[in-house]
Amino acid sequence: MLVIGIVLSLAGGDPSLVTSAAMDAGKEAVNIALTMCAVVPIWCGMMKIAEKTGLLNALTRLMYPIIGRLFPEIPAGHAALGHISANIAANIFGLGWAATPSGIAAMESLSELNGHRDTASKSMCMFMVINMSSVQLITVSILAYRLEYGSLSPEAVVFPGIIATTVSTAVGIVCVKLAERCVRR
Amino acid sequence: MNIINYISQSILPLLFLIITLYGILSGGELYSAFVEGAAEGLRTVFSILPSLMGLLMAVGIFRASGAMDMLISLLSPISRLTGFPEELMSLGTVKMFSSSAAVGLLLDIFKSFGPDSIKGMAASIMMSCTETVFYTLSIYSAAAGVKKTRYTALCAVTANISGIAVSYMLTLFLFSK
Repeated sequence: MLVIGIVLSLAGGDPSLVTSAAMDAGKEAVNIALTMCAVVPIWCGMMKIAEKTGLLNALTRLMYPIIGRLFPEIPAGHAALGHISANIAANIFGLGWAATPSGIAAMESLSELNGHRDTASKSMCMFMVINMSSVQLITVSILAYRLEYGSLSPEAVVFPGIIATTVSTAVGIVCVKLAERCVRR
Repeated sequence: MNIINYISQSILPLLFLIITLYGILSGGELYSAFVEGAAEGLRTVFSILPSLMGLLMAVGIFRASGAMDMLISLLSPISRLTGFPEELMSLGTVKMFSSSAAVGLLLDIFKSFGPDSIKGMAASIMMSCTETVFYTLSIYSAAAGVKKTRYTALCAVTANISGIAVSYMLTLFLFSK
């Protein structure tokens, strides 16, 4: 992406745009990291309490019948399942700032299972695809925008939205399962 | 609408309450556990930062150089063939790279066609079933320290495209007169 962009701008456009885009990106990254600095430790701290008191374990056991099917590689009762469940729950309810930290926690514990190798495990691929196919059921901000622009029925998109997001997640899961068969380890 | 708002706003406080109460009842060292977890979280953020910078730079340059617009114009024959509106095509493409840019486009569509138009409806539904694929991919793979994500991006893009297609078909089916 980087190479395509730079070549294109040198060939026909404005190379100075590239420089400013690079600087802006650095700023954006620091901004995101700063926000995450505030949010991730709080989430991880709360989750550590849940882990030490056994609450996370209880949640993991509760969710295992559903999540375990999607992630057959993860041993029953492993903390990764708890983090994955928490992340998917946060996504479903559209809790933006809880979703990223729990996702990061999930990826870290999956990495432990994967022996910290630099190739993603099957479970990681599955988890990332589920995340990126968006499992959010209600997007409150979209409803607010619609209302702001004078929609007569802002909530009319909620039901079709749920169907569309279910379809896209299902397609994502099927895709991963197919890809797992095609790609040898 | 208000009830939905209230529920989604109270989930997290409730969750924290449950965790803390459960901790008090089971009598562990709550505060030291919190501090330990928070320290781990902070370390994670710092370890992600370098790769986050690299990726955002690539995406930013890709957009600023006009490569993104080229990608969209490459896609426009598809929209002519299938009758899929071009505005929605660019919205779908942009959403994979940046959420805030996508919101900008969404508001443009609302402004020029109205939120209750076919395009406005389809765009709203699309926003709920797509995700900023490349941003999420970079943060999560950085967190796990993986470099090769194999088929992940392809599967995620496929999932997003099918979500977009379903959104448009649903809109035509439910709302066209």
